[in-house]
Parts: sequence; C-alpha cells; structure tokens
Amino acid sequence: MANQGPAYYSPYPTAVYEGVITPPEGKALLLTEVVDEEIAMREIAKVMLTSKNATIFPGPQVLYGYNEESKKKAKLIKEMSEVLNANMIPMYDYRPKYPKIDAEVEINPNHPNLTIWHNNIKAAIFIGVHCHYANVALKIVRAETDCYTIAICGLSGHEDAMATLRDMHSHELEKFIKIAKEVKSELKL
Amino acid sequence: MGTNIYKINPEFRDIMPKEIIDLEENATWAENTDKRGIKELPETKELLEEHSLCAGCPEAAALRYVLAALPKPEDTVIVNSTGCTSLMFPHIALHTVHSLFGNQNAVATGIKRVLDWRFPDIEKDVVVLAGDGATVDIGLDYTLQSFFRQENITTICFDNEVYANTGGQESGSTPKGQVFKMAPTGKKFEKVKMWELAVTSGCHYSMNMTASAPKAVAKAVREAIFVARYVGPTFLNIYTPCILEIGLSANEGLREMKEQDKERFAAFKYVSPEAEELLAKLKEEGRL
Repeated sequence: MANQGPAYYSPYPTAVYEGVITPPEGKALLLTEVVDEEIAMREIAKVMLTSKNATIFPGPQVLYGYNEESKKKAKLIKEMSEVLNANMIPMYDYRPKYPKIDAEVEINPNHPNLTIWHNNIKAAIFIGVHCHYANVALKIVRAETDCYTIAICGLSGHEDAMATLRDMHSHELEKFIKIAKEVKSELKL
Repeated sequence: MGTNIYKINPEFRDIMPKEIIDLEENATWAENTDKRGIKELPETKELLEEHSLCAGCPEAAALRYVLAALPKPEDTVIVNSTGCTSLMFPHIALHTVHSLFGNQNAVATGIKRVLDWRFPDIEKDVVVLAGDGATVDIGLDYTLQSFFRQENITTICFDNEVYANTGGQESGSTPKGQVFKMAPTGKKFEKVKMWELAVTSGCHYSMNMTASAPKAVAKAVREAIFVARYVGPTFLNIYTPCILEIGLSANEGLREMKEQDKERFAAFKYVSPEAEELLAKLKEEGRL
C-alpha cells in the first residue's frame, strides 16, 4: 500500500522515481527489465491466462469506430479477450462520475482501484486509453492494488504498468494473439 | 471527426452502459440542426444530465439551454474558466477546455485559429463560457482584446454578479452597494456594463438578458454562434443568480431572474448591419 514517495509529495512511489522508464523502440518492459517484444508477449499471455478474473479495459480509442484502424483493433481485441478467456470492462470516457461510479460495470481513470477491488481482478490490460489518463490510472492501480497491469500502447508505453508493449497497432496485435494462442495450448487451457 | 467519435464499435456494444448507447442513438447532433432546441430537452439524450452544482442553481439550467441550442455540438469546442461552471464541464459529453482563470478568450483564440487551419472544410465553433469574475474582472483584458482582434468566437458570460464559489467576493459585475460575505462594506462603484463594452470593442452581436426564458436564451445562443462563425466576435451576458450568495432557496432562482428582467438585466440587444444581413439570410434558408 501507499508509501511516502521519494519526492515527499506524491504518496506513491511512481515507477519513474524508481528509475523505470519506457522501453526503447522494438523492445518491451517487464517490471523493471527491458526485454524483446516476443518475450513480453509470452509473459503477458501467461499472466492473463493464469490470473484470477483477468480483464481487458478498452479505452475510447478502440471503443468508438472513428477510423479504419480503430474498427480493425476492435475486432482484434474481441478475439484477444476470447483467446485469453478475459472479461472486458470499458473505459468509455474520462468524465468524473456523479453521483458515484458503478465500479462493477465500468472503470474510470479517477478511481480505477475501485473497479479492481470490487471485481477482485488480478491481471488487467489497458488498451486504447489515451496516454495521460492511462498514466493516472496505472499509477493509482500500481499503488493501491496487487493487480498485474499490462499496457498495450500505440505510442511509447507506460512505465507504471508491470508489462508494457509499445507501438502496438493492428498488425502487432495479430502477432500477440498468435503468441497467446500458442501459450494457451502449451498451458493446456 | 463529426459524430463518428460517438459510434460504438459493434464488438463492444454489449459491454457499454445504456447511458453511452443512448448518447449515440438519442442525442441530437448536427444532422438535426434545424430541429435542435429547448423543446427537445425532455425527449432526447442530454449532453449534460448529471452535474455537481447546488440544487436549483439557475446556472445549471442555463447551461442546459446553451447545450441544447448549439448548432453543431460535435464540432464545437467549449472553453471555460475557473468558477462554478467549471464544476459542470467535466460532465458534458463534448470537447471542453478548462483554461486558467481569466485567459479563456486567449485560449479560445488559439483553438479557433488552429481548427480553421487544420479543418478548412469543416465549420468548427469555439464558444467561451465563463463567469463574470473571469470575463469582466480577471480576464477583461483578454476578453476585450479578442473582440478588438475580431476573433470568430462566441463569448457567453454567466453573470451571477459575484465570485460565488470562492466565498462571495465582489466582481466588476456586482451592482453598487451590494454586500457579500467577503465584501462587507459594499461595492463602491457601479456594475460594469459589459454588453456595452462589447459593442464598443467590436462585437457584432451583443445581448444582456436573464436565463428566465429558455427559448430566448436558445435563440440568442444560436444567433450568436452563427454570427461568430461567419462575421466576427459575439457576446452574451446572461444573469444566472447565485441563490446561495444572495440568500434565496432552491426554488426561488426563476423568480429572481424574472424580477431582474425588468431591472439590471433589462433586455439589451445590438446586432451590427453585417450580422443582421447574415441572420436574415439564415432565416430565409431555414437555419434559424
């Protein structure tokens, strides 16, 4: 749970204060280690397939069909959830909820820990969430829960997630699904 | 972008809450441009349904009228400033930008210019919505400068005649003699007539009114936005009393506004000849 951060300002020791930064191009991040993308993909698939209540949190960039890439990604994420036997809870926008959030059916970057707690989620993928909101949500989840967080990011990744894949577009998602299928059959699930 | 940003991918439809599906299906967007208006409020999905203002706050009602009257909500960016309104903006299903206290017209200027450059074929509206503290006091310079420069933005001032959410300090808009919790000796000078300053500073459409008549507010908002889009800057000063600061209860806001319709907020309307020409043309085309 919360510790006093190195800056004596944030109550949470965010990853960057601990020297963890986003992976370079072509690489991925597993906890504090920079690894090959394929190694991270295998680990992510394994964690998702073996954790209790594994859940994918799709954000606005994939929930809404505003361009061809988002439509393609939506199909792939649906397939991914089936391969990983994962639930899906949407983060459809970032408005603070009033009078209160229904943490059982939706996740909000301002209090993502509630959803993780209520649903007892032990592994989570954030995908299609705008980076600045993903950063906020991942920091809170990292500090307040024991959930294994995974960021599948179209840009440079997120150091506050336990596992980060960067530059993930539809082609790379197809590759991840292929690897997840292999891991699933290896685990005989 | 248009309404595509509200179209849910079919793969996720089953996990989306009803509120968001309603927004896609039952909100009024630009395709209903000639039908959007106050009378739709009870039947359609509103762009602001739940808010965190005080019960009975006239400002909340006024904002609903403004949102219902936007000609192209999906292509509108609202810039707001510090104040009670900033508590509502995060709940609106539209693009909104919270600027620093007072510089809302400078921020809106930048946004409007970039939108015009980035989307030359799409009409994008930028609407500033701020309180009297931000518009008439702290941001007076920025507001007037944007009028001088003839920026194509609409400025709406929700005038409650006080810095309400910081505890009740007097603003330029406070009437002379008024006492507030943080202005115990009473205001020493007259209320600034911002709607007249707007005309002097180059606005093509300027109004002073209360939010007591929803249809009148909606009409003024639509006209002001069209004039700003095609002619030049426009300004609306709308009285939305802070019922807490002036000691009224939740059901007395409307009565207060109706009373002020005849006094400090007696109807004032200025329309420049160019704007008048435009409005006549739009009326002929059935867009107003």
